[in-house]
Amino acid sequence: MSETPKDRYGFETRMIHAGSQPEPVTGARQTPIFQNIGYVFYDTDHAASLFNLQTFGFIYSRLTNPTVAALEERLASLEGGRGATCCASGHAAQILAFFPLMEPGDEFIASNRLYGGSITQFGKTFRKFDWRCSFVDVDEPENVRRALTPRTKAIFTESIANPGGVISDLEALSAIAREAGIPLIVDNTMATPYLCPAFQWGADLIVHSTTKFLSGNGTSQGGCVIDSGTFDWAQNDKFPALAAPEEAYHGLVFAETFGDMAYTTHSHAVGLRDLGSTMAPMNAFQTLLGIETLSLRMARHCDNALGVASFLEQHEQVAWVSYAGLESSPYRALAAKYMPKGAGSVFTFGVKGGYEAGIKVVESCDLLSHLANLGDARSLVLHPASTTHRQLTDEQRIAAGAGPDVIRLSIGLETLDDITADLEQALKRAAS
Amino acid sequence: MSEPLTYSDEALRSVLAEARTIAMVGASPNWNRPSFFAMKYLQEKGYRVIPVNPRAAGQEILGEACYATLAEVPIPVDLVDIFRASDAAGAIVDEAIALKDEKGIRTIWMQLGVRDDGAAARAEAAGLEVVMDRCPKIEFGRLHSELSWGGFNSRIISSKRRRTRIA
Repeated sequence: MSETPKDRYGFETRMIHAGSQPEPVTGARQTPIFQNIGYVFYDTDHAASLFNLQTFGFIYSRLTNPTVAALEERLASLEGGRGATCCASGHAAQILAFFPLMEPGDEFIASNRLYGGSITQFGKTFRKFDWRCSFVDVDEPENVRRALTPRTKAIFTESIANPGGVISDLEALSAIAREAGIPLIVDNTMATPYLCPAFQWGADLIVHSTTKFLSGNGTSQGGCVIDSGTFDWAQNDKFPALAAPEEAYHGLVFAETFGDMAYTTHSHAVGLRDLGSTMAPMNAFQTLLGIETLSLRMARHCDNALGVASFLEQHEQVAWVSYAGLESSPYRALAAKYMPKGAGSVFTFGVKGGYEAGIKVVESCDLLSHLANLGDARSLVLHPASTTHRQLTDEQRIAAGAGPDVIRLSIGLETLDDITADLEQALKRAAS
Repeated sequence: MSEPLTYSDEALRSVLAEARTIAMVGASPNWNRPSFFAMKYLQEKGYRVIPVNPRAAGQEILGEACYATLAEVPIPVDLVDIFRASDAAGAIVDEAIALKDEKGIRTIWMQLGVRDDGAAARAEAAGLEVVMDRCPKIEFGRLHSELSWGGFNSRIISSKRRRTRIA
C-alpha cells in the first residue's frame, strides 16, 4: 500500500485547521460553541454502546463536548501526540495527569523549581490523596535517579520553569524515566508546542495551563493533558488503572482494549467522569481562537522579551537578569537545544535595593500590569515572593527563583520601546 | 524492532469503502472483549461481519453465526480481519490466500499490534491488499471524524463540507 508521512501539514496550518473541519450539518466554518450538555441516543442499544465505550460519540458534556474536543485534537496535533484531554485549569490538568498513574502511597519526583502553585499542590494538597512528591534539583539529573524508589510513578518538570528562566534537560530526564519504566511529564505552558516540541525530546505526557500563551488574551481559564501514545502502560505492574481490569467497566483493561488511546480514553471516561473538572465550551472556543495566531505571537513575545532582558541587563539599577535567551544565562545552551526559536517571554530580574526597591518598581509601572497571570498579549509584572510564591517557605522560594528581590515579567506584544520606557521610569522612581 | 507502518488515508478510505462483508477471525462472544467492540461498531456502520472462531463455532455473536474456519464461511468475503496474536496470523493469511478466488477476498487486515511481514509479502504477491497493525474500527472512526470526538489526533485536515445524501 502507498505510504504518506505522519504529518502532511506544517505547524501553522495545524494551528488553524487541526480539529476544526466545517461543521457537517450547517457548513459553519468556525468551530461552533456547543453550549449543550446532553446528546440524543439513536436507541437504547446505541446508548449502551456509548456507556460501554464500544463506540465513539457524545453522552454528556462533563465527559466530552464537540467544542472542547476540537481544542483537544488541535493541541494533540500541535504537540504531536495521540490524544488530549482538556479540563478547567492548569491545576486541574495536573491532577488529571497523575490520576491514572497514582495509587495511594505512590510517589513521583518533581523539579524543585516549579511554579510555586504547583509546589503547593504537589507538596501539600496531593498529600490528602496520599500521593507523595519528592522535589529535587533537576539541573543535576543524577539527583532524580537517586530519588527513585519502587513506588515512583512519574518524573515531572517544566520545559521552561516559572518564574526563573530555567530550562530542564529533557533528554537526560527522559532517559532516567525510560530506564525506570515510568513516564516523564512535562509542563510545556511557558514554551508552548511552538517553541518546544517536548515529545520529540522524550516526554511521555505534556500538561498545559491553556490560560496562558495558548489562549493568549487573559480571558479563558483552561488546562490540558496530552498523551504521546508511545508509553507502554503494561510493561510493568506499576499502572494498574490502565493495565489491570477496571471494575466500573466490567473488567475492561484500558491498555488492551484501547491500545495507544488508553490514557486519553481513561482521562475522559474515568478522570473527567469522576473528578468533574471539565473545561467550559466557551473557554475552549476562545482558546481555539487564540491558538490560530500562536506562532506569530510567540515569535513576537520572544523578540520583545529578549529586547527587554537586554535592556535590563545594561541597566545600572538592575542586579541580575535570569533569561535563558541571554548569552549570560547558564541555561543558554539548553535553551538553544530545546527551544531554538526563543526562550519564551517570562523571566525574572533583581533590582538593586532588594525587597523594598522591588515592590516600588512593580507599583510604579504604568503600562505593565501588576497582576498574577502570564502569557497575555499585555506585559505583566509581579513580585512572586509576595504573591504567587507566597505559600512557600523562604528556602523553597530561593530554590524556585522567587527570592525577596525577584521581579517576574511576562513580556507582551506591545511596542518594545514602550515596554522598556515604562520599566525605565519605574526603575527611576524606585531609586528616588 | 521493525519500523512503524504508514498507510495513506486515501488507501485506507478505499479499502473501507469497497468492503461490505468482513470475516473477523478471532471474534469473541464476550461482550467486553475488544473484538466484540470492533464487530459491534462495524455492524452499526453497515458492514456485515461474519465471526470466525473455532471455540465459538456454532454459537451466534451479535446475530451472526460463528464458523470454525474461514473455509466454512458460506458467503463471499471482501476483507479478512485478523484478531489473533502475530504468531497465529501467518497460517490465517495462507488460508485466505488459498480461498481468495473462491470467496472473493480482496484485503487482509491485521489488527492493532498484529504484524507478520512475511505473511504480508505472500498476500501481496497473491494480489491482495494488506493492512497491518491497525484497527478497522479506529480507522473508520478516524477517517469519518468520529475519533476526533474523543480528543484524538486524527491527522485529518479538510476545508470540505461533508455531504448528506444517498450514495
